[in-house]
This record gives sequence, C-alpha cells and structure tokens, in this order.
Amino acid sequence: MKTGLKKNDVLLIIIILAVAGSAYWLHEKIGTKGANCITVKVNGRIEGVYSLGEDQEIEINGGTNHLVIKNGRADMTEADCPDKLCVNQKAVSKNRESIICLPNKVIVEVDSSENSEFDAVSN
Amino acid sequence: MKGRAAYFGVFTALALIFSYVETLIPISFGIPGVKLGLANLVIVIALYKMKLGEVYLLSVVRVLLSGFIFGNYFSILYSLAGGLLSLTAMALLSRGKRWKKSFSVTGVSIAGGVFHNIGQLLIAMAVVETFHAAYYIPVLLVSGVVTGFLIGITAGEVLKRLINVF
Repeated sequence: MKTGLKKNDVLLIIIILAVAGSAYWLHEKIGTKGANCITVKVNGRIEGVYSLGEDQEIEINGGTNHLVIKNGRADMTEADCPDKLCVNQKAVSKNRESIICLPNKVIVEVDSSENSEFDAVSN
Repeated sequence: MKGRAAYFGVFTALALIFSYVETLIPISFGIPGVKLGLANLVIVIALYKMKLGEVYLLSVVRVLLSGFIFGNYFSILYSLAGGLLSLTAMALLSRGKRWKKSFSVTGVSIAGGVFHNIGQLLIAMAVVETFHAAYYIPVLLVSGVVTGFLIGITAGEVLKRLINVF
C-alpha cells in the first residue's frame, strides 16, 4: 500500500481549495454591500429587525440569548445553551452573515433594509 | 463467517473508543464545528479491509452508539448525514470503476472529510431553514481537507502494517 499522494489526490485538493476560495471571494464581494440592519428569527419566525447603526442590547426569545450591537457589529454575548457555539462565534457585520444558536433555534442575520422586504416575502 | 463477525465487533469497538478519545482532546481548532474526526480513521481503514455493506453498517452502528452515549438526538442526525455522505464519497473514489486505484488513501480520506462537513452543513441548513449558513462553506471545505489529510496519512501507515494480519 503506497501512501504517497497520487496525481488525482493533488488534483482533488486543488479543486476543493479553489471552490473554497471562490466561495469566500463571492461572499466578501456580495457581503459588504448595504449591510445596515439585522434580523432576529426564532424558530423560523421573524422576531424583530434592528438597525446596526445604533448601539443597543437585545434580549432574544425571552432572555435565552443576549445580543449586543456595537460599532455596527452584532455579537451574541450570552446564551443558555450548553455548547455556547453562538457565543464563541465572531461578531457579524457583513451582509448575509449570521449567528446561529441551534439549541434555541435562534438566527441572527445581517441584512440590508432594501432587500429585507423581499426576504419577508420569499420566506 | 465467525471471523468476520469478530472483526466487525473489533472495528465497532475501535470506532466507539476513538469517538470517546475525540471528546477527551481539548484542542478545538478555534472554529465552531471543526474537529479531527478520529472515528473516521477506523471507517477509512475498514473501507479497505471489509465489504462495503459492512462498512456502511459499521458507520451507522458507530454513529448510533456514540450518539446515545456522548451526544443527543441532534448530534446523531448530524453525524449520520455527515457519515453516510462521507462514506459514499470515499467508496466511490476507492472502489468506483472510474476511479479505481487512481486515488491514494489520503485522497480518499480528504474527500471523506470534506463531504462529512458538507453533509452536516446541509442538515444544519435544513434544521434552521436558512441558506445563509452557506457562507460557512469555505471554512468547512478547508478544514475537511486538513483533517482528511491527517486521517488519510495515519490510515495509510496503519494499512501498510495491517496487510499481513488479515
């Protein structure tokens, strides 16, 4: 059993990394346009839309999650779920970025106010 | 036949132990959801040593057992989606007529790692009903390559030494 990389292995790695690279590039490219508000959804339903422009603190889902908006970035600072993945996630500020807390079914999404109307329809 | 059943038991036990060892390793890569996937090492080795049906059974049994012991309903769902998608990708690359022998263990394992992550992301998107998590794809692809590479190298070394045992 040879363990060295074969030609196809290298090709596979290159293709995967290229896909990852272009997905990242696409996200950066689309992401920075007109992101100015965040949508908070619980269990698929929109609980509220908040502006990224003003600093504020939001209690989500009756206090299970605590969201802080500061300097145009939204960050989950507290959650009562055991894994705390949403708390450890970095603050979001770009369009389409999201913080997701699976145990509490909470989604915080960055959006631009222009297409949030469209989103409400398409959801 | 008796021998096969015994080997299946050993592989199941090994996979379960690796799932446990994984929970003991304090290293998190600093990114949510990224882990080494040690149990996948056993699956990769089994892929080269057992019948495909047995490997699928091993994969499902491992996920269910480790899910009941260490996880919960959700983790079983995620592991099952990731595990089956990853195993299918690996089986295609290692046994598919088209690619037979053209990928090394490492390449097969990398495909496994990547598709494991893709499977989990798909379930995550279905559970929270959002497509926006797709921005996480680059992270998951790269981490799949890295962990798949590490597991593949290890599996290759183990397989080299296992040949005479079977």
